[in-house]
Amino acid sequence: MPVVLENLGKRFGDGAPVLDDVNANIASGEFVALLGASGCGKSTLLNIMAGLELPTSGALEVPSDGAAFMFQDAALFPWLTARENIELALQLRGVGKAERKAKAQELLELVHLGGAGDKRPHELSGGMRQRVSLARSLAQDRQLLLMDEPFAALDAITRDLLHDELERIWKETGRTIVFVTHNVREAVRLGQRVLLLSSRPGRVVEEWSVTEEHRTDAGLAGQLTGVITARLREEIRRHAK
Amino acid sequence: MPNNSAPLAEAPSEPAEARHIHAALTRTSTGNEDLRELEAGLDSLQSDAARKTRIEWSRILLPVAALVVLVLIWQFYVSLGVKRRDLVPGPLDVLGQVGVLWGEGKLQEAVWTSLQRGLVGFLISVAIATPVGLLLAQVAPLRRAFGPLISGLQVLPSVAWVPAAIIWFGLTDATVYFVVFMGAIPSIINGLISGVDQIPPQYRRVGTVLGANRLQMALQIILPAALPGYLGGLKQGWAFSWRSLMAAEIIAVGGTIGFGLGSLLDQGRILSDMTVVMSAILLILGVGILIELLVFAPIEKRLLRSRGLLSGSTR
Repeated sequence: MPVVLENLGKRFGDGAPVLDDVNANIASGEFVALLGASGCGKSTLLNIMAGLELPTSGALEVPSDGAAFMFQDAALFPWLTARENIELALQLRGVGKAERKAKAQELLELVHLGGAGDKRPHELSGGMRQRVSLARSLAQDRQLLLMDEPFAALDAITRDLLHDELERIWKETGRTIVFVTHNVREAVRLGQRVLLLSSRPGRVVEEWSVTEEHRTDAGLAGQLTGVITARLREEIRRHAK
Repeated sequence: MPNNSAPLAEAPSEPAEARHIHAALTRTSTGNEDLRELEAGLDSLQSDAARKTRIEWSRILLPVAALVVLVLIWQFYVSLGVKRRDLVPGPLDVLGQVGVLWGEGKLQEAVWTSLQRGLVGFLISVAIATPVGLLLAQVAPLRRAFGPLISGLQVLPSVAWVPAAIIWFGLTDATVYFVVFMGAIPSIINGLISGVDQIPPQYRRVGTVLGANRLQMALQIILPAALPGYLGGLKQGWAFSWRSLMAAEIIAVGGTIGFGLGSLLDQGRILSDMTVVMSAILLILGVGILIELLVFAPIEKRLLRSRGLLSGSTR
């Protein structure tokens, strides 16, 4: 179990708790989609798993070498080319200069950007930037990859393609992926397991597993999407009063 | 209700192909090769075609035209004869004086002396201000303690240090350099600090996630990210160096202090020779413009273009 969350809680200052009693086990090589409406503390939970923030209560177990992280915006450094952005991640990890070059090219090829390595981030489209960002997070070479709504800002065509792309790379690299999203269709499309987080405070209220049949049968996937959406709306309605 | 049940009954017999179409929920490509091709197509649709750079003549011709117009207005005003010619000399008189100064070798000496001092003073200021600025920007207690003082020093005209410098160092080059430092260093530090303040917080988070230590963070992420603001600070620092230098040269004359453009200006005042005064002013202005055009403008343009910050500006 690379990730174990036990009774995890988080509050900022004296405010109401953002996360309360979060429990989850994530197996090695698993792809988990973390789904929730706004204000459910999805990003906070991810930050805690990444070690960017500390929980106020409970315990968590994450790989000792930390986690790779992919943000909603590509967050590439504009003064570096696509290749240099990836090389920087390798360098900060302590990879030697000669090896860096080969490894960066390999990662660019992996995200189908072998020819765009010398472009600056502003010369790339949003989808290309996210792919460079994905390659950079793979360059960190951590077993656990945390993704914070990485495709939320992309157009629908690009997003559909990146879903295929991410699934392919996940299968090729065997990473454990925790993918945060507020998009039910995206969660069903990508996750092996979908965890629904309630809002204020955030807590895992229900989970569904997604099988290989859901990947190929749109009817089945649509049905599951309907079920999860209904449950999510029920959760949102609770806050109406 | 037979009308409603009919389409429902048909739904399961829909061909697999049709199901595949409304299918952001399922895989949308048929394999790695297909995906590569789709992405390549989308990439080329979404990226701009590369634009060719060529010489933009308007960038050269317009400023020259503006200069010609200003000189013509000057000449027209002089030829109206409103003021005495020795009080308001015309462009040709000043040009003649510049020629005389060049012949005597005074012009070259003054420009060279000032330029050399300005550059040396500026470079030393950069070497001092950069580490200090980074340290202040990165260490909160230091910033709180010295920030207001540094901002204050930037407001204080560096000419105010001339009397003190003369008392401490006498009429030597040290006086001139001291005044230049007091002008340039605070403004470079401030530029660097404000450059660091404007870094998107995301960059630091990325740095942390990628595992950068404090030094790597400062040198490989903070400094390059702050470069546009830092460059602004350097430009202002140079302007302050040059101004402070002129002020020092005008006030502190004699001793072992060499003959600079400020000294030339002061000499013109003592001789009541307006053509010398105007020549000196125009030379001081000209050197400033040349440094901006030949040094800072190209660096700034390159920096902004490489980060995609230039499109849509009037630059």
